[in-house]
Amino acid sequence: MELKANNISFSYNKKKEILKDFSISLKSNQIIGLMGDSGSGKSTLCKIMAGYISNYSGEVTIDGSKIPNKDFYPVQLIFQHPEKTMNPKWKMEKILNESWTPTQDLKDTFGLKDSWLSRWPSELSGGELQRFSILRAINPKTKFVIADEISTMLDAVTQVQIWEALINHCKANNIGILAVSHDPELLDVICDDILYFNEINNL
Amino acid sequence: MGDFMEKLLEVNNLSISFTQYVQGLNRHESKVISDLTIDIGEGEIVAILGSSGSGKSLLAHSILGILPYNSNVTGEIKYEGQVLDQKLKEDLRGDEICLIPQSVNFLDPLMKVSEQAIGECKNEKEHDEKKLRQREIFSKYGLDESVDDMYPFELSGGMARKVLLSTALVGDPKLLIADEPTPGLDSQSVKETIEDIKNLRENGKGVLLITHEIDVALRTADRIAIFYSGYVIEINTVENFKNADNVLHPYSKALINSLPKNGFNLTEGVQPLEDLPGCPYYENCPIRLDKCEKTKPNLIEHEGVMIRCFNFEGANNGA
Repeated sequence: MELKANNISFSYNKKKEILKDFSISLKSNQIIGLMGDSGSGKSTLCKIMAGYISNYSGEVTIDGSKIPNKDFYPVQLIFQHPEKTMNPKWKMEKILNESWTPTQDLKDTFGLKDSWLSRWPSELSGGELQRFSILRAINPKTKFVIADEISTMLDAVTQVQIWEALINHCKANNIGILAVSHDPELLDVICDDILYFNEINNL
Repeated sequence: MGDFMEKLLEVNNLSISFTQYVQGLNRHESKVISDLTIDIGEGEIVAILGSSGSGKSLLAHSILGILPYNSNVTGEIKYEGQVLDQKLKEDLRGDEICLIPQSVNFLDPLMKVSEQAIGECKNEKEHDEKKLRQREIFSKYGLDESVDDMYPFELSGGMARKVLLSTALVGDPKLLIADEPTPGLDSQSVKETIEDIKNLRENGKGVLLITHEIDVALRTADRIAIFYSGYVIEINTVENFKNADNVLHPYSKALINSLPKNGFNLTEGVQPLEDLPGCPYYENCPIRLDKCEKTKPNLIEHEGVMIRCFNFEGANNGA
């Protein structure tokens, strides 16, 4: 499978364009890194590719056909701040199972402890919450994962644990990853190829 | 470390806990920082390194006296040899002790950012002087004159971070507490920030740098304290932190080995949620002893390094 964004242009207001004729493609067996300065529009691109923003020009396709808006969206976005993506009035078990019910094996792989399931999001740390947000994103119907700075706020030990588990799962299940980060050293280790945002953005 | 040099800041056995109500009137005490001991000299940068959400910011907040009402603090904080009580904290903060807060939400949404950087002034003359200095600092960080009149909602995350940094640099503090000053900044701005913090050291100021980015700590600090599950488990020099063989605690070693440039090595295990009766690292420790499960090691000195581990206690007594 191949996820493609073709000639994407987008602006939040008339004064300033953020993306211009931006194109990128990602295959199922690939991990592509995307690097760029803060404020350059990386997260906006991620939101467009994951279907959060719709009023852009250009198109996002999987194997040449448009992604249907109904049903499960096969491109899943994982955010930098997991605490901002969870309902504070739901317990962790409900948050996790909203998407699907992962097997015990998979929970173990991601180091998810059963005692965390009965807690509220505010009672867990960023690293613990990020494990939940990754696990709920890798629903069996997910074909591509977009990881927008998912380990920026985590300590180095947790960073390795999370990336190892995610990469192993995606390789085994033929899921492609677009990894967005500031950190060239991290992208060097985990990615097959690194792209520079400003070089492909035709501003 | 000269024993006779006056320490700028001394924190002794500081513990912070919160009282929370769970299910009706049942109260629950949750411990966030336990038995924290650290000192900062003049012209020294000490980094506290720990994962996000581990409670590092609360140390900063307790030094400035801005903890919430339901917090319980024990232990002692001294500033230039004087016990830092709430009255003294209020006198010194914003003046001799400055904070670069972690969250960009600390900016006043209804105030122009240049005025926030300038802060409180006694008279027109002081305002004019500070205005010049503020402009100088803003332009160094690439914030042009149009930014002066903006309000916080008009700034990007990185720009807001630079404004927060300027608020501390416009004044002339003796002690700067920088709470996660770098995340969300591009590499050029990170470099500028590190240079500025180092300049403060050259001028004899003390800096407490709170961060989760080991790279920033290595590039800036003189000493690094590792914070794990509410405890400081090791305080060692930056030189030693450049090589996993030269640090003592197994978690410190894991941290260094897990950096992308050092092999991205995997270490299993997560930090415990509750305060355990024994060593906080017991569950994941490769060199644990039987007594580690039930008794808590103290932070002790071992060949000039502060370490919280029973494996080094015996060695110390023998020497």
